[in-house]
Amino acid sequence: MQWETVIGLEIHAQLATRSKIFSASSTQFGAEVNSQANAVDLGMPGVLPVLNIEAVHMAIKFALATNAEIGKRSVFARKNYFYPDLPKGYQISQMALPIVGQGTVEVTLDDGVVKTVGLTRAHLEEDAGKSVHDLFHGQTGVDLNRAGTPLLEIVSEPDMRSAREAVAYARKIHSIVRYIDICDGNMQEGSFRCDANVSVRPVGTETLGTRAEIKNVNSFRFLERAINFEVERQIDVLESGGTVVQETRLYDADNDETRSMRSKEEANDYRYFPDPDLLPVVVEDSLIEELSQSMPELPEARCGRFVSEFQLSEYDAGVLTADRATADYFESVLATSGASAKLVSSWIGGELFSRLNKDGLELPESPVTADRFSGLMSRIHDNTISGKIAKQILDHMWGSDADVDAIIDREGLRQISDSSEIEKMIDDVIEANPSQLAEYRQGKEKLLAYFVGQVMKASRGKANPGQLNEMLREKLKG
Amino acid sequence: MHKDTIAQMRQNLKSGAYSSVELCETFLQRIESSNPALNAFISVMGESAMDQARAADKRLASGDNAALLGVPIAHKDIFCTEGVRTSCGSRMLENFAPPYNATVVSKLDAAGVVCLGKTNMDEFAMGSSNENSYFGPVANPWNTAHVPGGSSGGSAAAVAARLVPGCTGTDTGGSIRQPAAFCGITGIKPTYGRVSRYGMIAFASSLDQAGPMATSAEDCALMLDAMAGFDERDSTSIDEPVDDYSVGLDKPLDGLKIGLPKQYFTQDLAAPIAASLQAAIAEYEKLGVTFVDIELKNQHLAVPAYYVVAPAECSSNLSRFDGVRYGYRCEDPVDLEDLYKRSRGEGFGREVKRRILIGTYALSAGYYDAYYIKAQKIRNLISQDFTDAFKEVDMILGPTTPTPAFSLGEKTSDPVAMYLNDIYTIPANLAGLPGISLPCGTIDGLPVGLQLVGNYFSEQRLLNAAHRFQQATDWHRQVPADFA
Amino acid sequence: MAVDAKIVAQVAHLARVEIDDASVAGFATEMTNVLDLAGQMDEVDTSQVEPMAHPLHAVQRLRPDVVTESDQREAFQSQAPAVDGGYYLVPQVIE
Ligand SMILES: [Mg+2]
Ligand SMILES: [Zn+2]
Repeated sequence: MQWETVIGLEIHAQLATRSKIFSASSTQFGAEVNSQANAVDLGMPGVLPVLNIEAVHMAIKFALATNAEIGKRSVFARKNYFYPDLPKGYQISQMALPIVGQGTVEVTLDDGVVKTVGLTRAHLEEDAGKSVHDLFHGQTGVDLNRAGTPLLEIVSEPDMRSAREAVAYARKIHSIVRYIDICDGNMQEGSFRCDANVSVRPVGTETLGTRAEIKNVNSFRFLERAINFEVERQIDVLESGGTVVQETRLYDADNDETRSMRSKEEANDYRYFPDPDLLPVVVEDSLIEELSQSMPELPEARCGRFVSEFQLSEYDAGVLTADRATADYFESVLATSGASAKLVSSWIGGELFSRLNKDGLELPESPVTADRFSGLMSRIHDNTISGKIAKQILDHMWGSDADVDAIIDREGLRQISDSSEIEKMIDDVIEANPSQLAEYRQGKEKLLAYFVGQVMKASRGKANPGQLNEMLREKLKG
Repeated sequence: MHKDTIAQMRQNLKSGAYSSVELCETFLQRIESSNPALNAFISVMGESAMDQARAADKRLASGDNAALLGVPIAHKDIFCTEGVRTSCGSRMLENFAPPYNATVVSKLDAAGVVCLGKTNMDEFAMGSSNENSYFGPVANPWNTAHVPGGSSGGSAAAVAARLVPGCTGTDTGGSIRQPAAFCGITGIKPTYGRVSRYGMIAFASSLDQAGPMATSAEDCALMLDAMAGFDERDSTSIDEPVDDYSVGLDKPLDGLKIGLPKQYFTQDLAAPIAASLQAAIAEYEKLGVTFVDIELKNQHLAVPAYYVVAPAECSSNLSRFDGVRYGYRCEDPVDLEDLYKRSRGEGFGREVKRRILIGTYALSAGYYDAYYIKAQKIRNLISQDFTDAFKEVDMILGPTTPTPAFSLGEKTSDPVAMYLNDIYTIPANLAGLPGISLPCGTIDGLPVGLQLVGNYFSEQRLLNAAHRFQQATDWHRQVPADFA
Repeated sequence: MAVDAKIVAQVAHLARVEIDDASVAGFATEMTNVLDLAGQMDEVDTSQVEPMAHPLHAVQRLRPDVVTESDQREAFQSQAPAVDGGYYLVPQVIE
């Protein structure tokens, strides 16, 4: 039997607010245990939630970025269940009336095909705390610092048909939330978490198969692996005559498999009802207007502009605009260096990215800021240095905060473009290589490279390559 | 001294007729001698009260004009008081001392009050007789074999016995007004959202409202002046200017039009209560009030709707009491589920458990629409009845309770009979309207309460109407003989 | 709606409240009576009525996104039944 995979994702994006969704505690990551849990976050008796305006604005921005309906009147509901990291015994979330309704996202797949994925909804909710199971003998420790951190839960339609499509979609959402600056996207710290609903069905059938929800996936690589594992598992179950059970499964990266969360298997009855401590959230048209004015240019638009305005290839523009920090970096360097878009683009995509990758850094953490990188591009552009020298200089810049000109001076790396100086070096090389000169003049023109190499060596790489080539050809003619 | 009203105490403290220390000593002595019989207080704060009284006297001497400076009050034990045990009448919070104050507590502190202690109440405010307290039942000062009403029964008994001149209370389905009626004092439940709920331990969030309980409408006005107002820490708090309640108390009632709901004056109402109300109506007519018959046709569904909505909200509100971060934890839990179930099973009393079960059931899959949604729709109809009535009349008059205070133990075995005690008070909670109860007679030595319900934010007019009645009558000045 | 012992047990589990065997029957009867009382609402057709969750037609007020809380762990944990190293402790949870 041929099987078709059906995947929908639920992504929890932690909103980049300073304070929590319903309290004035800090959301800073990594604080001392329970030091950022105030009376509201702890669910102390009598305390009450008050909604953070930024969380609402961020949700609306997300709706604007995904052509989604905006819930003009949304309602917070309580999702009731008991768990130690859930202090009130309920999570404040949204159910019947979410703040973001149906929308769409365009996802470019590996083969260049653009696929439209439907968004079902996105709603605001509070995060839970964290349980620590291995710190105390026979006991679980609870840290409620994260309790009350704002989340936007983004729910897709079951539109993905493969793990790769799911990953492409997740990456796209990741890119959007970072573009509009509502989430830092840090998957290791849990700021961007994906749960996948996976099912399979015989090709050609319409009804959805029973799904399993995979949780606990903290990288795109693991997301792809987890889905692939789960799809195979389900097909095995079905082909051996079994039935897939609706359940929650955890991805275990160490063993590359998904496992049933037996502890949560009992049927949940969350008893959702409107939270009586909170009133309906009403979004006025004027606010939507104001926020749409403040929206940054989104990836597709920016990519299109990079192609038309800077004559970059679709591919290069795509790489530069996949992430807002990169696109901003590129535009800043381009504007201040005077260098060509092609040059800047290839240097960012090549030398800069390879160094960042090597050190495991994200662009915003780059030791070479856009300002300093722009200096380097200027010096290539005005022929002060060659590309080859520029790579050495970039290595120097990586390890210090000196700017490009200081390094050029300190290391004596300024390109030699003075023709009399170059001429002297050429003369010296020709004089030292009489036999090669004779062979060249007999027609062995490949030896030009040899002479170029010798002069470069004599100049310690600093001779202006264009000038050198031209002058050497003249000299070698005799 | 102890029979003075708060209004008189303000004068006497200012003039130096007596000091706050003398006043508080007097009341603390009265509490010491009378509380064993009444059980109105869960905690008496003698030492801190005397410190506050001394500080108040200093401020009074320096001409400080804070509105209630040096006036002793007590808080229902539902209000969080920083560093002071706040039990909510429950074993669950027997040893809980919150590190923060309720807004109501902070506001009254700012007005200069001296807090004498925390008053007894039905556990988590669930009850109409104060028999559901972990700290034992409260007795009615008029007849200690009778209940004081609930859930603010400790506050009502303490004020009636003149153990304190004023108390805070909370009212979710009548918990200020019903005990006020049973104990012969005055209590007002303001418009929902008029007084902050922050730090007031939630029973049913969409119904709960705090208010003052005192011997007169004038004293309630003075207390409400200090308690009311917008609080940015409560999303349901109303950001509207607050009327000056103690101003306008004397305004004449000429032209005031009061509605008498046909549904309230039926044979279900005890005849002596109906007679007391008729006498009060006659008194009001002398004051220039006109009465018209009105319809509140869905009133009989208020109790059924309430006993779905309130338990539903409470089942969720009380989930936080899980033995993890504060409150009662069972001995040696074998696992997490055991920790939850026994901490809650042992920490909550029977009535609380019953309401949690009912509420959980009403919200659970398959029953949500039939019970919870249905009740919210009935709530809308009841609210609409009031809206229509207030197109015709300025306020509505009726009984606060169908009978005077019943005997201790009389209704404990029949929850539904107990619940029906609140038929006249619950509608105002469902609609969020203000209501006041004031004494208007006695039956066999037990007080009878009259209730006035007004439109949203009409507290000033309600207090005015109650005050004018109290100037013409002296029911509110009667003190139970054993505590005179 | 008659509530039986089984329903009491299910609901008590959902609510994580231990009910001793001796009181199950009593709770079942009381719940039945209260639900019968609630059943009186069925006499009114409410198909055209909106559910009302709040008494006033107010809307949610929004708080500025500022951090004003500081660490008060010690004060809060002074009220906790079991803490260690800043953590609240519960019996081991197996995932
Ligand atoms: Mg979900
Ligand atoms: Zn979620």
